[in-house]
Amino acid sequence: MRNVRPETGGFFQRDRTWQPPAFTPGYKTSVMRSPQRAPVSFPHTLSETTGPVFGHHILGERDNDLTLNFAKPGESAIGPRIIVYGRVLDERGAGVSNVLLEFWQANAGGRYRHKKDGYLAPLDPNFGGCGRTITDANGNYFFRTIMPGAYPWPNGINDWRPAHIHFSLFGHGFVQRLITQMYFDGDPMIWQCPIVATIPERRAIEGLIAALDMQATVPMDARAYKFDIVLRGRHSTLFENRMEGN
Amino acid sequence: MVQELRRLKESASQTAGPYVHIGLTPNFGGIEGVYPHDLGAQPVNEKTKGERITVKMRIVDGAGTPLKDALVESWQADAEGLYNSPSETRGTADPNFQGWGRYPSEMDTGEIVFETIKPGRVPFPDGRMMAPHISLWIVARGINLGLATRMYFSDEETANAEDPVLTRLEHQNRVSTLIARRDGGAYVFDIHLQGDKETVFFDI
Repeated sequence: MRNVRPETGGFFQRDRTWQPPAFTPGYKTSVMRSPQRAPVSFPHTLSETTGPVFGHHILGERDNDLTLNFAKPGESAIGPRIIVYGRVLDERGAGVSNVLLEFWQANAGGRYRHKKDGYLAPLDPNFGGCGRTITDANGNYFFRTIMPGAYPWPNGINDWRPAHIHFSLFGHGFVQRLITQMYFDGDPMIWQCPIVATIPERRAIEGLIAALDMQATVPMDARAYKFDIVLRGRHSTLFENRMEGN
Repeated sequence: MVQELRRLKESASQTAGPYVHIGLTPNFGGIEGVYPHDLGAQPVNEKTKGERITVKMRIVDGAGTPLKDALVESWQADAEGLYNSPSETRGTADPNFQGWGRYPSEMDTGEIVFETIKPGRVPFPDGRMMAPHISLWIVARGINLGLATRMYFSDEETANAEDPVLTRLEHQNRVSTLIARRDGGAYVFDIHLQGDKETVFFDI
């Protein structure tokens, strides 16, 4: 790989009409936590185009298996067993290698293992709720888990989160950093959620809904959901004499 | 008709939510035994080159209340101004400094305290040198898209005065929102999400 030129270009401008705005009163917590002044732009410098690297050596054998990574020996987490797989792509459609993905979720009853979660549903002694993996050279990833439950949350008097898995991703530049949530094919609660509704465009929401993929299912074991994630694209540096890239 | 560009759209962001610790700092959040340690908790080791500094940070909402469920990530150059990244082509950064850190707010006080090194200076695309700074990325419940800002240093007055990012701000009275104040042995930096003291955030 020594003859591959390092990626040094800046990133595509983020489409802020596609991303959720900061101030979304339907999601009440955003009201006091949303900046009100226009964010300032400047050309990308090395501080933006570089980013940390995480080697595959940081991963433990069970980091991408949430059914087992908190379970007692011989036991496993309760809930519908699923595999989540997909690719991390950039806006040019290329797979992004060596992306650290971290994910977290509620258990099958909709309860998080967190001291601030007081929901009635019980903890599962064999489920912690966190996992991580790193994409391969083509941007592929997968992990095993259980289907998380929906749960009520304090916003309106009867707001519920649809079943979801939180995702955190590192691209190759610090400005590609992204946190999002994955929803499940066919869940009618997606369209009633005030957090989902912070996203202005329906197509952008649909991009967060994983497809049930029976062809990738492991028979007699786990169903599969396909979830691709897109990070910001990068200007190529083919034309090196142009300081601003192409 | 013309050829299609076939660009994809960046996946939409969603809030990190109140339970971000489970995924990103599980040991801090009380889930032990899955990972040996939380990533980014100790960016500096005894071999890291450069001046050790302590940063004390708070993230304050529009009502003046510190966030107790936020998470901040930092990204910075090493003491010589080099980034530990494959996209760094000017030289090789200090192998004992990854340059990245991850810090959850204390759940009872909202304080964030961490030790790092003072970064060196890094050039702007036109070659002018930027003042030493640490890039920050902030997520929390109620923040729909991670917020980007920078922390500069109050004892770098000359460098700050010629910094290409600070000098391009239209409202020069807001520059101070990006500068950490040296207080004894620590740099103190409050990030205000909203209000008269709202920190400058970046669309980059």
